[in-house]
Amino acid sequence: MINPASSASVRRYKKKSRLKETWRRMKKNKLSLIGLAVFSVFVLVLIFADVIVPYEVALKQDMANRFASPSWTHLLGTDLYGRDIFARIIHGTRNSLTLGIAAVVVGMTLGGTLAAVAGYYGGKIDMVIMRITDTIFCIPFMLLGLSIVAALGPGLRNILIAITITAIPNYVRIIRSAILTVVGQDFIEAGRACGARNRFIILRHVLPNAIGPIIVQATMQVGTMIIYSTAFSYLGLGIQPPAPEWGSMLAEAKNYMLSAPHMIIAPGMAIVLVALSLNLMGDGLRDALDPKLKD
Amino acid sequence: MSDKLLEVKNLAVVYNTDDAVVHAVNGIDFSIKAKETIGLVGETGAGKTTTALAILRLLPERTGRIASGEIVFNGENLLENSRKEMRRVRGAHISMIFQDPMTSLNPTISVGDQIYESLKIHNYENKSKEQLNRRVDELLELVGISAGRKCEFPHQFSGGMKQRVVIAIALACEPQLLIADEPTTALDVTIQAQVISMMFDLKEKLETSMIMITHDLGVVAQTCDKVAIMYAGEIIEYGTVEDIFESDRHHPYTAGLFGSIPDLDVETERLSPIEGLMPDPTDLPQGCKFHPRCKQCMAICASVLPPKWQEGEHVIACHLFAKGE
Amino acid sequence: MEPLIKTVDLKKYFKVRDGFLHAVDGVNIEIPQGKTLGVVGESGCGKSTLGRLVLRLLEPTSGAVYFEGQDILAYRDKDFRKIQREMQIIFQDPYSSLDPRMSVFDLIAEPLIVNQIFKEKTALEDRIFELMETAGLAERFVNAFPHEMDGGRRQRVGVARALALNPKFIVCDEPVSALDVSIQAQVLNLLMDLQDRMGFTYMFITHDLSVVKHISDEIAVMYLGQCVERAPARELFLNPLHPYTRALLAAIPRPKLDRNRNKKIIRGEVSDPVNPEPGCRFAPRCEYCRPDCLGNAIGLKELDDYHFVACRLYE
Repeated sequence: MINPASSASVRRYKKKSRLKETWRRMKKNKLSLIGLAVFSVFVLVLIFADVIVPYEVALKQDMANRFASPSWTHLLGTDLYGRDIFARIIHGTRNSLTLGIAAVVVGMTLGGTLAAVAGYYGGKIDMVIMRITDTIFCIPFMLLGLSIVAALGPGLRNILIAITITAIPNYVRIIRSAILTVVGQDFIEAGRACGARNRFIILRHVLPNAIGPIIVQATMQVGTMIIYSTAFSYLGLGIQPPAPEWGSMLAEAKNYMLSAPHMIIAPGMAIVLVALSLNLMGDGLRDALDPKLKD
Repeated sequence: MSDKLLEVKNLAVVYNTDDAVVHAVNGIDFSIKAKETIGLVGETGAGKTTTALAILRLLPERTGRIASGEIVFNGENLLENSRKEMRRVRGAHISMIFQDPMTSLNPTISVGDQIYESLKIHNYENKSKEQLNRRVDELLELVGISAGRKCEFPHQFSGGMKQRVVIAIALACEPQLLIADEPTTALDVTIQAQVISMMFDLKEKLETSMIMITHDLGVVAQTCDKVAIMYAGEIIEYGTVEDIFESDRHHPYTAGLFGSIPDLDVETERLSPIEGLMPDPTDLPQGCKFHPRCKQCMAICASVLPPKWQEGEHVIACHLFAKGE
Repeated sequence: MEPLIKTVDLKKYFKVRDGFLHAVDGVNIEIPQGKTLGVVGESGCGKSTLGRLVLRLLEPTSGAVYFEGQDILAYRDKDFRKIQREMQIIFQDPYSSLDPRMSVFDLIAEPLIVNQIFKEKTALEDRIFELMETAGLAERFVNAFPHEMDGGRRQRVGVARALALNPKFIVCDEPVSALDVSIQAQVLNLLMDLQDRMGFTYMFITHDLSVVKHISDEIAVMYLGQCVERAPARELFLNPLHPYTRALLAAIPRPKLDRNRNKKIIRGEVSDPVNPEPGCRFAPRCEYCRPDCLGNAIGLKELDDYHFVACRLYE
């Protein structure tokens, strides 16, 4: 019969909080900690941009001082209008980072839901979702994006919508294949056998087990989304000047790549650092969430 | 000059993994004569597959290491062979059949080509293409597959047929020794019966010796001349098939194995399983490796390695028999 | 006495490119309360599909399944869930039947949480420990993950989970096939002890004839979706009637020295389950095949006490 001391045993075997466990395991991965540190810097910049350097500095033109190389007065030099690049990078963080992350979060959520439904239910539902996805996928990204922006008008919000929609088919395919490997396993059937509803099974069993590829994709895509947006900025459909945004800064710098390389290096490096740090964090997180990997 | 085809002496194999050293095989001795079949019996983790891989020197390069011993095949110590010499041995003199026929064949190459490959690699007599192709046809017929199917791909064959193809590849160069690692475990019972019957006939015809690795005592009874029972990397009982199935002296583990199998001819209320699990190969117990699970464990078993009691060819490594009972 | 489980002409066809795959093709079985029906056959015979049909994890193409006299196929969602608690399953593969991200506690708790059995946390915890003890799992494994345990222990988790809702009927789908021989024996003993103590009714699906004889009261032999013979366990082995049953028994390698090499080995392979010919499915491989074996369906006929066989030889 039940051991009367069993409740005491439970306290002895108290489960460690999942969050603490994940964090503890992530901490062991030095590279992912570096990634976290770098990304945190960007987040802090995003929050405290105004404190670091006033917004006006990012907009202030100085035609006498155009294309200046980095110096003590202008840490990263100036651009074609003499504006301080450092200030523009700082303030551009808000726009670019938000764009990249929001696009991925929204895209993955919508794409993930579609993928989960398609992968889990299979059959006609799967077929319908995948055919629609494939159709969107076939339309050249620029054409699709341009059409959306043309219809909705330029600006941050509309680029966000455009790049999210063009990216969703890719997410759906990748997540769906991760889900298909999970759905074939017996433990999904076990869940149904004890009476769990489909929604419960998808949220509790399918998605957590497919999370590895999802995380990796998500972190890789942030950098990609920022670069996608540069295409719009280049065509003047992005964030309207003179607002600072890394993508548009890249576009402006393109023509002066050889004569004033500092103009392109700064925003380029910013994008690379964000993408890299997220990548490292993502790898660390994925490994920390996998119970099978050595503790 | 010994008449032994293969002689394994004091073989020990370890795996050096990142966490710990896995003692997979701990000093085993056995030998096979020409045309003889020996059964290597044991459960998961006993070290049977490791032994087979060690003989063919196919242990994983980074982690596997033969710690000690000799493997003498046809008078030569295989452990002293160079890579090139070993490649000559594999396939032509010693062949291996792996456990899962579903994954042993390359899905993108036709079965005829896969058999041909083995012949081509060991074509020491420089036979022509036509001669080799004829041999492929012969081999397919030998294992009961019509030669017209040689251009088909593995997925077009059933499990039993795939295993026949695997056997054809293994026997292509008429090796003297065939190592079969659980060749019928993945097959249905009726197909298993067909494949075992075929293997037996081929073995007689080609005069091949065989090491049959299995956990199924029924298969052993049907096919083997000698039996070695492995536990935690050691051979704890060894003998002719009569010794193992008809003698009343057994190692407690062997007795436990027989007690765990439901007998078709005898009614029992409950099976008598062996309590516990096989020991962790990174942390083996002192003395007799089986002593933590043994119902007849004595004080000496926990500290001293058991001596080998021998009667004729029947060898048991156990303290119970040491006093000459 | 009404049998606990009864199927009537149960069929499941799967649509494939060239037609229909007859996975289960008109199966009639009955399992009395507290007894074990062993279902044996080789790959493709439909035994696993049958197990899932009986639990309604798969929807049948036609036919009926009765649980305690009630047609479970007529039930709608909410009512069906109540019945579903009484019928559980233990899976074959202890590796893929447990969610690798869930601890033993979570795995056993899932059926209880999904069905909202306990309101208090301590009551839930007590029940989990009780189930672990019943299944022979030491307390210290409560927070362990599947990959940290061996096959035998994982299977015990599967057993504990199946017991959680206090079912009356458990389908055991090859529960010991993936385990080592000595662990198999431990788990089989556990299942039999539980049946003695708690009166479970089992459908025990396996391809291993020696195991099925040990645990079953009655055995049904299946071949390509049809039940070809059904009899009390001892009777089936003493007096196998259907040619397939005989061939199956002859094919088992016995752990005894018996070098009778002239044993008849069954020839050929299993025929295609897609769009099969009406009549006996075993005919192509049967040495007693007659012209009237094909063409018309052959039903199970009762010969002696409870010994049913579907074969023209006995008509």
